[in-house]
Amino acid sequence: MELVRVERGTRASRIFAILAVPALAALVTLPWWGGAGDMRLIAEMAYFLALAQLWNLLAGYAGLVSVGQQAYVGLGAYALFYLTGVLNMNVYLALMITGPFAGLISIPVSFAVFRLRGAYFAVGTWVVAEVFALSASLIGVLGAGSGLSLTPAILRQISPDRATRDTILYLITLAVSVLVFAIVYLLLRSRHGLALTAIRDSEPASASLGVNTFRTKFIIYIVTAACTGLVGGLIFLQKLRVSPEAGFSINDWTVVVIFMVVIGGIGTLEGPFIGMLVFIILRELLADYGSYYLILMGIIAIAVMLKAPSGIWGWVALRYDLQLFPVGRRLALARLEEISGTAK
Amino acid sequence: MEWVNTIIQGILLGGIYALFAIGLSLSFGIMRLVNIAHGDLIVLSAYVALVVGQNTGLDPISSLVIVVPVMFALGYALQRGLLNSTLSGGLLPPLLVTFGISVIIQNGLLQGFGAYTHRLQVGAIETASVQLPGGIAVGVYPLLVFAVAVCAIASLQLLFYSTRLGRAFRAVSDDADTAELMGIDNRKLYAVALGIAMIFTAIAGILFAIRANFDPAAGPIRLILAFEAVIIGGLGSIWGTLLGGVVLGVSQAVGAALSPTWQILAGHIAFLIILILRPNGLFPRTRD
Amino acid sequence: MTLLRTQNLSAYYGDFQALFDINVTVEEGETVAIIGANGAGKTTFLRAVAGALATDPDTVLFDGQPIGDKTAHEIVRFGIAMVPEGRRLFPSLSVEENLLLGTHSERAGPWSLKRVYELFPRLQELRRLPAPSLSGGQQQMAALGRALMSNPRLLLCDELSLGLAPVVIRDIYECLGAITADGTAVVLVEQDITRALDASARFYCFQEGRLALSAPTKDFDRAALTAAYFGL
Repeated sequence: MELVRVERGTRASRIFAILAVPALAALVTLPWWGGAGDMRLIAEMAYFLALAQLWNLLAGYAGLVSVGQQAYVGLGAYALFYLTGVLNMNVYLALMITGPFAGLISIPVSFAVFRLRGAYFAVGTWVVAEVFALSASLIGVLGAGSGLSLTPAILRQISPDRATRDTILYLITLAVSVLVFAIVYLLLRSRHGLALTAIRDSEPASASLGVNTFRTKFIIYIVTAACTGLVGGLIFLQKLRVSPEAGFSINDWTVVVIFMVVIGGIGTLEGPFIGMLVFIILRELLADYGSYYLILMGIIAIAVMLKAPSGIWGWVALRYDLQLFPVGRRLALARLEEISGTAK
Repeated sequence: MEWVNTIIQGILLGGIYALFAIGLSLSFGIMRLVNIAHGDLIVLSAYVALVVGQNTGLDPISSLVIVVPVMFALGYALQRGLLNSTLSGGLLPPLLVTFGISVIIQNGLLQGFGAYTHRLQVGAIETASVQLPGGIAVGVYPLLVFAVAVCAIASLQLLFYSTRLGRAFRAVSDDADTAELMGIDNRKLYAVALGIAMIFTAIAGILFAIRANFDPAAGPIRLILAFEAVIIGGLGSIWGTLLGGVVLGVSQAVGAALSPTWQILAGHIAFLIILILRPNGLFPRTRD
Repeated sequence: MTLLRTQNLSAYYGDFQALFDINVTVEEGETVAIIGANGAGKTTFLRAVAGALATDPDTVLFDGQPIGDKTAHEIVRFGIAMVPEGRRLFPSLSVEENLLLGTHSERAGPWSLKRVYELFPRLQELRRLPAPSLSGGQQQMAALGRALMSNPRLLLCDELSLGLAPVVIRDIYECLGAITADGTAVVLVEQDITRALDASARFYCFQEGRLALSAPTKDFDRAALTAAYFGL
C-alpha cells in the first residue's frame, strides 16, 4: 500500500481521448461521405503530420536537428518504384520493405553524420541528401534525371477501379500516419522516451547517470529514417512518379515540416498537429500569391523562435498546464482513505 | 599532362570555394553561429549587383563599390537586430532563425525576379586564357579569382593578428564572457563581424555570378560548398579555409575529368570520406 | 562620497537566489576584503557589481550613480575592473595582447604597458609568449595587469591566491601596495583569509549568500569570524 502513485493520464488527456474517437471515425469513413479532393487533402495532412512527428522526435526530443530527412523520403520512394517497376515485386510487399530499407541505409549514413554536432550535423545531413539526389540522377536504372513512373499494371495490383484505389490508398495513408504517431508516442512513453528527455535537458548529466546517449540517439535516428522512408514510399505511390528533384526536394519535405514543428511547438507531441494545421490553412489562404505563404511562414517561424520558442502549443500548455498526449509520469498522493484502509 | 591540367583547374576552382567559405568561417569562429542563409546571401549579393548594374550601368567589378557597403550594412543590421538575440538560446534558435531567413530570401528573390537565370557580364576576360609552360592553358579569370581568394585570406590574417579589432575578435572567440568584462561590447562586435563576413560574401557573390548562371534557388548549393570547404580545412583555421577550398576544388576537378556530371558529387564524396577519416578537418585549430 | 555602495543587493541564477540583501560599501582608495566559504556568494557579488549579472539599478551605486542594470562593458567604462577567478586570460592571445585587451574601454589614467611592465618585470620578458604557457603566478600578474590597463578606480580581485604557492601569493600581494598607492580602491575576495585580512582595512564575511559579519580588520576576532564563516 503506497503513499504515492505514479499517474500517466491527465484530465485533459482523458477528455481529448474521448473526443478523438468520433473525429477519427469521421476521417475513416470519409471515402463514403466525401469526394476525391477531400481525400487527397486529408491524405496530404496525414503524411505531413507523420513527417512532422518524426522530425519532432529527431530534433525536438533527441536533439538531432537534421535538415536532410528528405534523403529518406526520396530513398523510400525510389525503393518502392524500383522494387515494383524493375524487380516486379508486389506493390504491398514493396511498400512494407521501404521502411526497413531506409532504416538500413541510415546506419552507414549515421557513421558519417554523427561525427558532426549541432548546426554542422544539420548541414551534414543536407549533404547526404544531396548525395542521394545526385546519385539518383546519374544512375540509369533509376531513370537518371527523369526518374521513374508507376505503370498501370502496378496500380492495378491495388485495384483495377480508380475510385476503389483512391479509397484504399487514402485508408493506407491514414493507417500509416496513425501507426507513425503510435510509434512516436509509445517510444516517448517508454524508458527510451525518458532517456531522451534526460538527454535533451542535459546530455552530460544523463550520461553520468548511465544513460547510453549515443545508442539512444542512434536508435532514434534509424527508427525515424525507416518511418520517413515508409511515408516517402506512400507519398510517391500516390504521386505516380518520382524524380531526383521531387523525391529529394528540401523545400517540399523538410522546409515546410520544420516550419510546422517549430510554429506548432517543438518538443511536444501536440505541436506538430497544430503546426500542420497552420501550414495547410496558410497555404490554402495564400494559394493565389505564389510563394508568399512560404515567406510568411518563415517570418512566423522566426518570430516564434525569438518570442515563444516553445511554439503555439508550448505557450498554451504552459499557460493552462495542458497535456493531451501524456508522456510524463506524475506523482499523486494517495487519498487518506486509501492509506487508512477505509476506502471501498 | 592531362592530370596536371586537371589538378591546376581544381586548385583554381578552390579559389571561389574558399571565398564562399570565408563568411561562414568568420561567423562561426567569432560567434559560433552557422548561418544557414549564407549561400542565399551570396546569391543576394549577385542580385544586388545585377540591380546596381541595370540602374547605373556600372560593370560588375565596379559595382562592388556599392554592393560591398550595402551587404556590410545588411550583415550588421541582421546580426544586431535579429541574430544577437538567438545566440544565448542554445542550438535551435540560431539554426532555425537563419533557416527562416534563408527561405525568406529565396522566396523573396523568386517573387521579385522570377525563376529566370541571370549572369553578370564583364566581357572578354571571362574567356581569356594564358599559356603556362608545358602547354597548359589556364583561364585568366579563374587565376584572378584565386588571387583574390589568397588576398582575402591574407587580409583576414592581417586583420586578426595585427589590428586592435582583430585582437578583440580573437578574445571574444576565446571567451566572450571575460571579453565583456574587459570592456568589449560583444553585441556591437558580433554585428561588425557579420558585416565583415558579408564584405567577403559580396565579393564571392559577384565573382561567382560572372562565371556561372544564378537564380533564386542557387543559394543552398553555395552554402553546402562553403560548408564542405570549411570542414575539410578544419574549423578555426584561416588558411585552412583556403586549403579546404582547394581540396574540394581538386576533388571536383578529378570527378569532372572522369565524367562532367560527376563533378559536384565527387566533391560531396571527398567531403564525406574526409569527415569519416579526419572529423576535425585537415588543419583544425579551435577548441570548442 | 562613497565609491561603491550596494543596497539590499539580491541576485538570482534563474530561480535560484544566490545573494540576499547585501549591503557593502567601499570608500575611495580603500581596500576591503570579502571572505567566506565556497558557494558563499562572493564571486556572485563581484559579478553583480561588475555587471555580468543583471540586478535592479538602485541596488548598486557607483559614485552615487545607479549601475545595477548596466552591462559589463559599460561598467568598465565607469571605472570598475575585474580580475576574474581563475585568471581567464585569452588563450589565443600573447601576454602583451592580453594586456592591451584591457585598453578597450579607453579610459585615461596612469596605467600603461610600460608601467605594468615596471610593476611586473617578468611579464616584459614573456610578453610575446602565448598566455597559456605562463605559470600560475605569472598568469595572475598578467590578469592583474590587464585589469589595471583600463585605469580603474575600483579593482575587483576574485581569488588572487587560487592555486598559487605561498611564495608567489606573497609577491602578488606585495604588488597590491603599488596599485593602491595611486588611490585605486580594491575589493579582495578570498577563501584564504590571512592574506586578505593583512591587506585590507575592513572585511565582510559572507555565508550562503548573506552578510554574516562585517568589521574593521584591526578589530578582528577569530572566534566571531569562525562562527560567521561556517554559519555556526
